[in-house]
Amino acid sequence: MDARRGSEAMLMKNRTTVERKSERELVVTRTFNAPARLVFEAWTRPELFQQWWVPRSMDMKLRSCEMDARTGGKYRLSFGDGMDFFGRYIEVTPPSRIVWTNEEGGENGSVTTVTLEEKGAQTLLVMSELYPSKEALDAAGTGAADALHETFEQLDELLLTLGASTGRS
Amino acid sequence: MVQYAPARLDASFAALSDPTRRGVLEHLGRSDASITDLAGRFRMTLTGMKKHVGVLEQAGLVTTEKVGRVRTCRIGPRRLEDETAWIERYRELWDARFDELDEVVEELKRKEKTDGRKKRE
Repeated sequence: MDARRGSEAMLMKNRTTVERKSERELVVTRTFNAPARLVFEAWTRPELFQQWWVPRSMDMKLRSCEMDARTGGKYRLSFGDGMDFFGRYIEVTPPSRIVWTNEEGGENGSVTTVTLEEKGAQTLLVMSELYPSKEALDAAGTGAADALHETFEQLDELLLTLGASTGRS
Repeated sequence: MVQYAPARLDASFAALSDPTRRGVLEHLGRSDASITDLAGRFRMTLTGMKKHVGVLEQAGLVTTEKVGRVRTCRIGPRRLEDETAWIERYRELWDARFDELDEVVEELKRKEKTDGRKKRE
C-alpha cells in the first residue's frame, strides 16, 4: 500500500458502486481513506451518523435519531410527519461488522449488513441489502422511483405557478 | 423508503425551468413526436430543438430513439431501463451520503491526530 498523503486523498473521490447480486440482494461498495474503527464510529454513534446519513442536498432534517448500536439494540430515525425508519441490530462487532433489520417496510423489510475491511491506510465498505423476495426488492426500487416521480410532478406544478405569477405581475 | 437523487433532481429542475421544454413535455405526454415535428410545432430550428430535447433526455424525463433518419422522442425513461434507472438513483443517494461520511471521517482523523499530539506532549 502506498503512503498516500492526506491532500491527495482529498482530491481523489472514491467511487460508489451498486450491483444487484441476486434477485433479492443489492450490494453497495465504497472505499474510505481512514482506518475501519473511524468508519465504524461514524456508523454507530448517533451524533456522527446524523451528520452524513441525510445529505445536505436532500433538504430534509432528521427530527430525532436514537441508536443503541449493540447486538440486540434498537434504532429509530424520525423525519417527522410519521416518516420513521426503525429496526433492530442483529449483530454489532467493532470495528468490522454491523447487521440490522429495516422494519418500517413490514414483512417486506430488508436486512442490511455492513462489513468494513481494512486495506493498508484504507477501508473497504461493503453494504448488502437482502430482501425477503424478488418482489420486495422490486417494490422498494419502484417505490423509490415513484417517490422521485412525484417530486418531479410537484416541482413541475411549482414552476408553473411561479411562471404564472411572474406573467401576471 | 424515500430516496432522493440530488444530481438528477438538479437536472430536472433545470430542464423544467424553460417554457419550451415544459411545452415539449406536455406535448410528448399526449403522443410521441420526432425532433422535426417538435421543431415545427414550437417554431424553432432543428439544432435548437435538439438542444432542448437533449436537456430533457439528460434529466431522464424524455428518451429518444433513432430509426433510420428519424429521431423519435417519448416521455419517461425507457421501460427496459427502468431497473437500471432506479439502481442508478439508489447509487446516487449512497454516493451523496458517502461523500458526507468522508468529511465526518476526516474530522475524526484530524481529532485523533491532535489528541495524540497532546498526549505525547
